[in-house]
Amino acid sequence: MRLIAENLAGERGGEPVFSGISFSLEETGALVVIGENGAGKSTLLRIVAGLLHPASGAVRLEGGGETWPDVAAASHYLGHENAMKPALTVGENLGYWRDFLGEQHLTVDEALDEVGLAGIGHLPFGYLSTGQRRRGAIARMLVSYRPLWLLDEPTSGLDARSARMFSALVNAHLGDGGIVVAATHVDLGLREAAQLELGPVPSPHGAG
Amino acid sequence: MLALYLRDIRLGLRAGGGAVTGVLFFLALVAVIPFGVGPDLNLLARIGPAILWIGALFSSLLGLDRLFQGDRDDGSLDLIVMADERRMLALSILVKCLAHWTTTALPLIVATPLLGLMMNMDATAVGVTTLTLLVGTPAIAFVGATGAAVAVALPRGGVLVSILVLPLVIPVLIFGVSAVDGAIGDPQPFMPPFLILIALTLFFAVLGPVAAAAALRSGTD
Repeated sequence: MRLIAENLAGERGGEPVFSGISFSLEETGALVVIGENGAGKSTLLRIVAGLLHPASGAVRLEGGGETWPDVAAASHYLGHENAMKPALTVGENLGYWRDFLGEQHLTVDEALDEVGLAGIGHLPFGYLSTGQRRRGAIARMLVSYRPLWLLDEPTSGLDARSARMFSALVNAHLGDGGIVVAATHVDLGLREAAQLELGPVPSPHGAG
Repeated sequence: MLALYLRDIRLGLRAGGGAVTGVLFFLALVAVIPFGVGPDLNLLARIGPAILWIGALFSSLLGLDRLFQGDRDDGSLDLIVMADERRMLALSILVKCLAHWTTTALPLIVATPLLGLMMNMDATAVGVTTLTLLVGTPAIAFVGATGAAVAVALPRGGVLVSILVLPLVIPVLIFGVSAVDGAIGDPQPFMPPFLILIALTLFFAVLGPVAAAAALRSGTD
């Protein structure tokens, strides 16, 4: 499986934020997107996820077969928001996503165990602290399998120990043949990650 | 898909769901009419079905803007749009509409017989009004999904949704009320408007979710 982005250009509100971005990631490949605030990291990830249209260029997935026909279908997207309902319990939230997203992987309890939230599945999601909510959202990526993880500031709100736990999860995912694209300000502790720096002015950079 | 339906039902019933608001608005609106119109029982009985329909229509419009707003605010909508390949977006929207209808319109329909009594309607009129509401209100949710999807990116989209949706649901109101009139008054037939009402619901059940899916796909930002 290969994730290929060719000559991507993105705009926000009609203003170009980056252009000429090309990269290609094989299985076990990771790409870390860095850059200042407003450099277009989130925009780039949303374009890769298929949630935004690129101003030019294209993203495609090769060798996904019938199970993973396109990038959106093969991706977990961890955005700024956690995509969990405060009024439902953590367990209900994860159970829902497990059913809805398909390709079931870990059970809800196993996933909560992995992210260090064991024993609080019965609490409403709204009662959790910021870091616990983030870990809940990370558990969502474990209950259903996707080869491609798109992570937008994945460790925001996490303490040092949880951030290490998250690095281990991402490295394990890469070890299983996954692909990771992460936008971040901090070192995620990924091994052999390519870097892509988005500049403040539209200037072509490539990586991978 | 059942998971999505159950989740939306739970959300509708739990704290802050729109279910109670809609019913209260409906009760308040219909309960006030007899005071405004005066104690003319014949007049109330004649306009009763129309009042109930208008009340149900506006109560249904009231909660429509929340159909996608909650999912957009917490990022769930992105994942639902991305799952298109596995869970067709139009189908997900259809399921969301059905869940929305179950939590907002079904309570209105349950309250209709009670309010029919306040409007001095006889048993036939109450029964037929309830039946036409049961058949016709899903169409409001389906059309509303399109309006809600178009307005989802706007911070105060509520009024806009109502204005976008209102012209499209006027036919539903017309045929709903004329079916009830047909069942009460002998000269007009009941079946033709009732069948057209069913047709409208089925038509919008297909068109609404597909249009909403197109709006959501192009509207993500």
